[in-house]
Amino acid sequence: MTEFVFLYRGGDRPESPEEGQQIMQKWMGWLKSLADRGNIIDRGQPLERTGKIVAANKTVTDGPFAEAKDVVGGYTLIRARDVSEAAELAKGCPALERGGRVEVRPVMKLDM
Amino acid sequence: MNDRFDHLFRRESGRITATITRIFGPHRLALAEDVVQEAFCRALEVWPFRGVPDNPPAWLMTTARNCALDALRRERTAQSSAWQLDNSLQSEWTLGPALDELFAPQAVQDDLLRLMFSCCHPRLSESAQVALILHILCGFSVAEIADAFLSSHAAIEKRITRAKSLLSATHAVFDVSAAEDFAGRLPSVLRALYLLFNEGYHGASPAAIRCELCDEAIRLTALLLAHPFGIIPATHALAALMALISARLPARTDASGELVALADQDRTKWDRARIAEGLRFLDLAAQGVEVSPYHVEAAIAAVHARAARAQDTDWRLIVSFYDLLMRIRPSPVVALNRAIAISQAEGPRRGLEELRAHVDAKSLPRYLFYSAALGEMELSLGKREDARVHFQSARDLARNDLERSFIDRRLRACETGGTGESL
Repeated sequence: MTEFVFLYRGGDRPESPEEGQQIMQKWMGWLKSLADRGNIIDRGQPLERTGKIVAANKTVTDGPFAEAKDVVGGYTLIRARDVSEAAELAKGCPALERGGRVEVRPVMKLDM
Repeated sequence: MNDRFDHLFRRESGRITATITRIFGPHRLALAEDVVQEAFCRALEVWPFRGVPDNPPAWLMTTARNCALDALRRERTAQSSAWQLDNSLQSEWTLGPALDELFAPQAVQDDLLRLMFSCCHPRLSESAQVALILHILCGFSVAEIADAFLSSHAAIEKRITRAKSLLSATHAVFDVSAAEDFAGRLPSVLRALYLLFNEGYHGASPAAIRCELCDEAIRLTALLLAHPFGIIPATHALAALMALISARLPARTDASGELVALADQDRTKWDRARIAEGLRFLDLAAQGVEVSPYHVEAAIAAVHARAARAQDTDWRLIVSFYDLLMRIRPSPVVALNRAIAISQAEGPRRGLEELRAHVDAKSLPRYLFYSAALGEMELSLGKREDARVHFQSARDLARNDLERSFIDRRLRACETGGTGESL
């Protein structure tokens, strides 16, 4: 078993409250199904769209002001057999239905 | 998910929009809508990760409050000149507590009423009022309203945009504490809720959307009944009408989803609790001298509700109620329904006479129920070919598959000589 991080990027906003609730319920259903199958190590957290950027010269600026489709909106820590199983799990993510993407990144193994 | 969670966002959107609109003023309606959308987006992003909060409506309202606070601060930083707020909201020191007061539960109830009355501005057409109520108070998107009214997205968008700009130009929400103003606007509000309910019950859109429209109309009418100026006999009569008619919704389609005519509905499926509630409202509606059209329509619905079987229906009583309705609010549809009732009470020959004498076909050009009624009466008289022609024109006017399929069954009845159904 290997650990993965799902990074959720982009995704259109809902057009109506009803649609918003439907998307939210899909998210809850998807995360629950992953948890029921033992694939979740940590549900993770949603992230604010912007914060601060600290540069090499230690200047602090507001940001990042990435394009909406590239902004990371949250993450989840996943347990899966291998990267292809992890990618298969990510296919159920509701963000995909609204133009979003899931980045599946293996956590580096430290015990070589 | 339980019932209380179904459509939670939609239900809460009206409450929150109403409150924010009072704080920002109707001229900032667009800003209020942004704040509300922001609150829902946060819920959508946060709840899947941290779980649904113990009190979702309170969470949403608090989040909207914080978003509003941010918007207020940004506005002030931008030194907007058009800012019209209570002085207490101008200072950072009092901003928080002042907003707490504005978001208190009782204030929110009144906010919904204020906005509902604002939406029924006399310069707006009835259809614009209904669309605006659905959009602002019930959280329906333009696309959802277009679906509900079988209208184009562009047409509804235009209607709502124009209505909103008129609302924005008023600069103050309707004052529901002024008894005279309240009483003056109340008939328009009742009418808009009646139309909203009717669109739900008789409308052309798919059944699921229509049930939601009925539920919204019932919910908003209950708000009126909770206000000391709103609780008048006509409001009780409207609430009675909605309860008695919506009680039939579970029987209106059969297991395969086909429309079932009133005469053929499985009456054991009617919602008894709603009927009891409707009859109780009707009693309360009788405590006054006024007889509104809602009284009469509710009384007709009560006759149907009280008949255990279709053949027990007291059609003569129903005819007398339609006579009354023709006096207080005559319309081609009322005349048509009266002729149908006469056909039931005194036979199809009399029904046809009434229909030909008192219903102007030209005033109901796109109304399939007119052709369908003619078809039923001719069929009852055994004139199968005449009936077939009328059902065929009704079929051409059908607005959805359910209606088309219903008329198709009547067309087949013309071939086999069956009788008995009517929409």
